[in-house]
Amino acid sequence: MFKSKPRWFGLGMQILAVVLALLFTSIILLMVKAQPFEAYKNIILGSVGSFKKFSDVLVAWIPLLLATSGLLITFSAGLWNIGIEGQITMGAIFTTWALRLLQDTTVPPALIIILAFLAGMLGGALWASLVGMLKVYGSVNEIFGGLGMNFIATAMTIWLIFGPWKRPGVGSMSGTEPFREALWLPMVPGLRLSLWSLVLAIVVIVIVFFLLKGTYFGLRLKAVGRNMRSAFHLGIPTSRYMLAAFLLCGAMAGLAGAVQVTGVYHRLIPSISSGYGFLGLLVAMLVNYQPLVAVPVSLFFAMLNIGSIQLPIVMKLDSTLSGVLQGALVLFVLLVDGARKVLLKKS
Amino acid sequence: MSSKRSWLLVSLLVVFAMVLSACQTTTPAPTQASAEPTAPAVEEEFVFGMVMVGPYNDKGYSEAHYNGGKYVEEKVAGTRMIYVDKVNSADRPGTTPAQLAEELVAQGAKLIIFNSDDMKDSAAEFAAANPGIPVIHASGDNVWAEGKNYKPELTNMVNIMGRMEYGKMMAGCAAALTTKTGQIGYLGPLINDETRRLAASAFLGARYCWENYLGKDPAELKFKVTWIGFWFNIPGVTSDPTQVADDFYNSNYDVVLSGIDTTEALVEAGKMASSGKETFAIPYDYEGACKENEAVCLGVPYFNWGPLYAKYITLAKEGKWAPAFEWGGPDWADINNPDTSTVGFFKGAALSADASTNLDKFIAELAGGLTLWKGPLNLQDGSAYLADGEVATDPQIWYLPQLLEGMEGQSVPSN
Repeated sequence: MFKSKPRWFGLGMQILAVVLALLFTSIILLMVKAQPFEAYKNIILGSVGSFKKFSDVLVAWIPLLLATSGLLITFSAGLWNIGIEGQITMGAIFTTWALRLLQDTTVPPALIIILAFLAGMLGGALWASLVGMLKVYGSVNEIFGGLGMNFIATAMTIWLIFGPWKRPGVGSMSGTEPFREALWLPMVPGLRLSLWSLVLAIVVIVIVFFLLKGTYFGLRLKAVGRNMRSAFHLGIPTSRYMLAAFLLCGAMAGLAGAVQVTGVYHRLIPSISSGYGFLGLLVAMLVNYQPLVAVPVSLFFAMLNIGSIQLPIVMKLDSTLSGVLQGALVLFVLLVDGARKVLLKKS
Repeated sequence: MSSKRSWLLVSLLVVFAMVLSACQTTTPAPTQASAEPTAPAVEEEFVFGMVMVGPYNDKGYSEAHYNGGKYVEEKVAGTRMIYVDKVNSADRPGTTPAQLAEELVAQGAKLIIFNSDDMKDSAAEFAAANPGIPVIHASGDNVWAEGKNYKPELTNMVNIMGRMEYGKMMAGCAAALTTKTGQIGYLGPLINDETRRLAASAFLGARYCWENYLGKDPAELKFKVTWIGFWFNIPGVTSDPTQVADDFYNSNYDVVLSGIDTTEALVEAGKMASSGKETFAIPYDYEGACKENEAVCLGVPYFNWGPLYAKYITLAKEGKWAPAFEWGGPDWADINNPDTSTVGFFKGAALSADASTNLDKFIAELAGGLTLWKGPLNLQDGSAYLADGEVATDPQIWYLPQLLEGMEGQSVPSN
């Protein structure tokens, strides 16, 4: 019965997963004596209630999509790049470093920003390459290596903010001195959104789509991800491919860090990654590593992030509820997917 | 498109459809905002928004501001507060104070309060981008003509601050009158102009009372500042204030003054006391902070933001708004008058009768014109700060460049 209609069965199960996630979140809301529908309404209105709100969603979506794009590559190679948070952070550090180095020179601001972005890519790629080399040459699992590198990147940010890059006479985690406006990404007037970073994020996901779908590189990368031993025996240099995946992902994470510095905070702050790396991991898992599906799903997650700001303002609820919903979605999609496979096998 | 992708897309759409349809059929629950009684007022309601750096119920700085907002609601007819708290990059990643202030405006706020010095850049950015919205930035100096950061273009901004220097002097005095070891610890937040001058004020108060009421040699009084890096604990980012307080108590510092927004010093003093040590603490910011542990609390210097908020919100409401800088002091007739005093000091249950009497004398001296910001005073590195008999100007106090000679601890962050 199931085999005859696997597509519809799959769809039904997927809807079930979404319903279960909503149900789970609703129960939590009811436990704190809040109206679930009121909360969902505020999240929706807070994200698409006005053009300005939606533009803020896009501001959050850009680094999230960049991080997700990178993760699609490492996931395709069968790698769990937990270290992406550190790679975003290192991208931000390198971007800040480049901006600080060039801000008082005669180099045109546009060129400084471009160089800062390249520095950000370099920083992210460098940090990812360390995780990759630990994996390939040191047999250190990328999850542990990545976690370690995340801690080091955070510690380095804090050291820079409280030390060499501190504001004159100030020791505060509020961050470094803001850069002058000429070194900010140009914004749409009246909004916090930069069309440059928006275009950049879209270009990157398109590149990742073609890279994974239409190139030998992508095909071989997936072969490495599916079965590394077989790929190796087929003549694919698996170590090189894994390192390449890390480098590409790191560069994209570094771009996300560069966007955070030049387009959002205009300085380096301790939590510059804003958790977009970990959120990107959830998105990548939820979309089963499909680039095109990552676009709307990451947008949806960004909507949850921005929309949930309304919860503390309007309902006096903690905005971390969006994280509960995001986590529940992933959890139930994976659970139901597992159940679907078991049921199909049985039938 | 693969089946997996299509069902994922469809499922997302279904989520939207479900939520939207659910919203349309549901009667919104009464929120705090809408639950307020709507009086048959003839005048339009004046909503003001508050952006707070910490939790609104932190028993510290943010709660003092929250209470100030509640005071306005009570005293200024037709006003209502909406707020967003925990506005810092650790608690609300991906957002900025200016962005959250705009959310408050979207909810109807006609005036915005930024409550932290840490929001200086964002407050200025918001004020510049929203010239029609009056902005109160508490603890900032952007519209202080004598200040270093004067921005005359911010015509919609008011800066207010309390002269907590007096409160800190009283706290320092209470600490000096109580310590048996002659060692006072100061649990500092981040390092900036404000925190330096407050720590220095506590030191000046302690030294004065130690010397003048106890007749002891100032050289025998140790006063050490340890900074944690922010106004409250952020695990993994700041130093742990609990650990710092414990270190003080375990190193023979029997009184710890808190300069941070939360009550770790008091909590740890209580724990130490329960294990037999004679330890005390002086919290900060919030008038009710001693309630965390009365038995070890010597008192609390606190902000009373209500009167200044009421004053400027009334001006905005009446259309008489103008940029201003106000550094409000205590009402010396009654430093704890909730309607007139911007800063106050409540004595704690742990303060001895003798110490209490001497503290009263000290407060009376301050009220009578005693100034401790008077030369000769040197900075921590030995360089002259105030010549003999010279009284510090407001900018000299506000922008204190270092801690004072005789204080231990960092003046500026090290590399």
